[in-house]
Amino acid sequence: MGRYVARRLLQMVPVFIGSTLLIFLMVNVMGDPIAGLCGERACDPATAAQLKREFGLDKPLWQQYATYMGNLFTGDFGTAFNGQKVTELMGSAFPVTIRLTVVAILFEILIGVTLGVLTGLRRGRPVDTGVLLGTLVVISVPTFVTGLLLQLLLGIKWQWISPSVRYGSFDELIVPGLVLASVSLAYVTRLTRTSIAENKRSDYVRTAVAKGLPRHRVIVRHLLRNSLIPVVTFIGADIGALMGGAIVTERIFNIHGVGFQLYQGILRQNTQTVVGFVTVLVLVFLVANLLVDLLYAVLDPRIRYA
Amino acid sequence: MRGRAHARWAACVIAAGLLATACGGGQGFGGAGVLTSSWGDPQNPLEPANTNEVQGGKVLDMVFRGLKKYDPRTGKARNMLAERIDTPDSRNFTIKLKGGWTFSNGEKVTARSFVDAWNYGASLKHNQKNAYFFGYIEGYDKVHPDSGPQTAGTLSGLKVTGPRTFTVRLNQKFSSFPDTLGYAAYAPLPRAFYADHAAWVNKPIGNGPYQIASYTKGSAMSLKKWDAYPGPDPARNAGVTLLVYTDNNTAYTDVLAGNLDLVDDVPATQLKNVHTDLNGRYINTPAGILQTLAFPYYDPKWNTPGARMVRTGLSMAINRKQITQTIFRGTRTPATDWTSPVLGAAGGYQAGLCGHACDYDPAEARKLIQEGGGIPGGRLKITYNADTGSHKQWVDAVCNSINNALDNDQACVGNPIGTFADFRNQTTGHKMSGPFRAGWQMDYPLIQNFLQPLYYTGASSNDGLWSNKQFDRLVDRANAETDRAAAVRLFQQAEGVVRDNMAAIPLWYQNGSAGYSARLSHVALNPFSVPVYNEIKVG
Repeated sequence: MGRYVARRLLQMVPVFIGSTLLIFLMVNVMGDPIAGLCGERACDPATAAQLKREFGLDKPLWQQYATYMGNLFTGDFGTAFNGQKVTELMGSAFPVTIRLTVVAILFEILIGVTLGVLTGLRRGRPVDTGVLLGTLVVISVPTFVTGLLLQLLLGIKWQWISPSVRYGSFDELIVPGLVLASVSLAYVTRLTRTSIAENKRSDYVRTAVAKGLPRHRVIVRHLLRNSLIPVVTFIGADIGALMGGAIVTERIFNIHGVGFQLYQGILRQNTQTVVGFVTVLVLVFLVANLLVDLLYAVLDPRIRYA
Repeated sequence: MRGRAHARWAACVIAAGLLATACGGGQGFGGAGVLTSSWGDPQNPLEPANTNEVQGGKVLDMVFRGLKKYDPRTGKARNMLAERIDTPDSRNFTIKLKGGWTFSNGEKVTARSFVDAWNYGASLKHNQKNAYFFGYIEGYDKVHPDSGPQTAGTLSGLKVTGPRTFTVRLNQKFSSFPDTLGYAAYAPLPRAFYADHAAWVNKPIGNGPYQIASYTKGSAMSLKKWDAYPGPDPARNAGVTLLVYTDNNTAYTDVLAGNLDLVDDVPATQLKNVHTDLNGRYINTPAGILQTLAFPYYDPKWNTPGARMVRTGLSMAINRKQITQTIFRGTRTPATDWTSPVLGAAGGYQAGLCGHACDYDPAEARKLIQEGGGIPGGRLKITYNADTGSHKQWVDAVCNSINNALDNDQACVGNPIGTFADFRNQTTGHKMSGPFRAGWQMDYPLIQNFLQPLYYTGASSNDGLWSNKQFDRLVDRANAETDRAAAVRLFQQAEGVVRDNMAAIPLWYQNGSAGYSARLSHVALNPFSVPVYNEIKVG
């Protein structure tokens, strides 16, 4: 197990370097970021040259990347154009997005798995058909439509919630979290349903039933545990996707999180912000994937890592 | 084992519940007499000479008062801290300050507060993006050379002659110089600015009707009324809380839901419903913003006598009235000159100066373009940035209008560029092959500001590299003219040169629009489309 983890951690290094390099190249292909800083008027050449020097933009790209990676190991993510440290921006953005992601994941687990179990056990019944239809609708409607609709109905028409998020606390994030989770939630439901339906007919379930175990124990300990593997894979991969893909939801509900910062960083072509945030997101992805792989062994003891 | 698993779950649920209640609730931002207003994250650090966009400018407008202030209704520059600004020759100015002004930390505003601030702003080593505002002052080329190191620390044209007087010597005649002094870049700065710069930027201290109570970068700034403000325009509310919004639409939604008092930019998509939604609490007033189509004169194809006729023809092929009505729902007005109505007739605005060339006349358009040798390159590509504003919508509409007029649906296409930065990159790099979007928001309400930076040879925003000796001569003469009315007349003559050559196609004047809650009254936008915060009454 220990060796497995070590090997996986080592594998992360090239992935990490490769992905940051790619982002670095992509942002730089967009051209000189200083041009956009002075509004509709061109920056005077002396100031522009000096700003470039200060941000290290006058050096060749490989050198910029090398300096950037070097600084990274000392915890220096550079400075955004408004004079704020990127680490400061991260400090304010990540907690909110993490809370939003936690809410979304909780919804996925609670609602998604429950519905999946329910429909998986009652395949072909009206409940099953109803939920299947529902998930189909959720998957086919884009997130921004769901978000704007809920905002309009709950926020303005019925005034149940505030249409925008101000402090980013958990209770404010319930509706945005639900919106963010909606599509994944539908997938989790469908994945769980299929998996449960498949395993229901397997030998170990029949054995468990034959032993006379109580029904809920058969379902939770035997059936669900074995059926969760694909679901866990999906949710694990989804953590990173939710954090990075929250741009739409964060914009609609005025959440000052990672999505918002990334969006603004791209608009202002702020290399330091974009690369910094993406770097952290890459790490989140990698760690989440590692955790998923480790969880397999917990769920299914037959899976062992040498 | 089973019991423990259950306990863990329970603990998680309880923890989540506790967090929710602990973090939730909180006090509102509004409160008695305090209004909340939508805001965008300023792009640059909040220093007067470093702020060149509306969001940061909004704050400076509340926190600072300069020598002059532009009347929120007429746009006319009036003395604020200046008691007198005298000049014998439009080149040497003696500025005398009023007494009794202090910064909100108690420090007196003196001549030095201005001179030091201007020297700071002009100096190359401070990277101030508005440094060019000091370019008229003598010694600027030493403090801020175009290339190479600076050879002086201070502007030789600035001299403190007394506690409340200083003199300014310009490097050329510029009669309307005093009228430019209302711009935020010329604001005075307290000693605290230099003593602890980092702390000051985190919480700026100024001499305006408001002082900053707290500032959380990227999310909110709370300003409260400064009770000891000595000026004639104190705040009529207890304070303003600026809240950063990720999207205008959300801010607008929040006004509808009663969570926000003021949104100062109603998104185009909401304009359809704004009258019923807000029931009269919607304002739509002219601002000093003009949209034009500029041309790449560095491309020889566009710099021929024939191309001049083509440009005039293109201008006639654009149905401005229809586009402003259908896309912008009346928040833009078809342009008939190259300035803005906010200047007023006395300031140089001249309705109809463009004449027939700005009228929609497809037949004449077709004729002119044919006579001029057709569209250079065979096809018109209008370049714009697709990231902000609703540029795509109107560029497509303009192209549609041109295509209809020419009866050729391939004649004009939009050429979107992903980000504003990249768009600016290509315009300043002179890489345009056809017309491109050129929005202009005035720095100060002067006709000079609508012409010189855009059309003077080598000027800072002359991205198309248009050059005309007659125009340059007229501008030089206007700047040297001491009589204001005569100067305006000369600028208008220069504008006539722009018209005769159709140097840029004027499209429309832009309005500022705002919506507000029933708690507020006396809401107005100034000619810069910024709310006049100090006059707003709450409750």
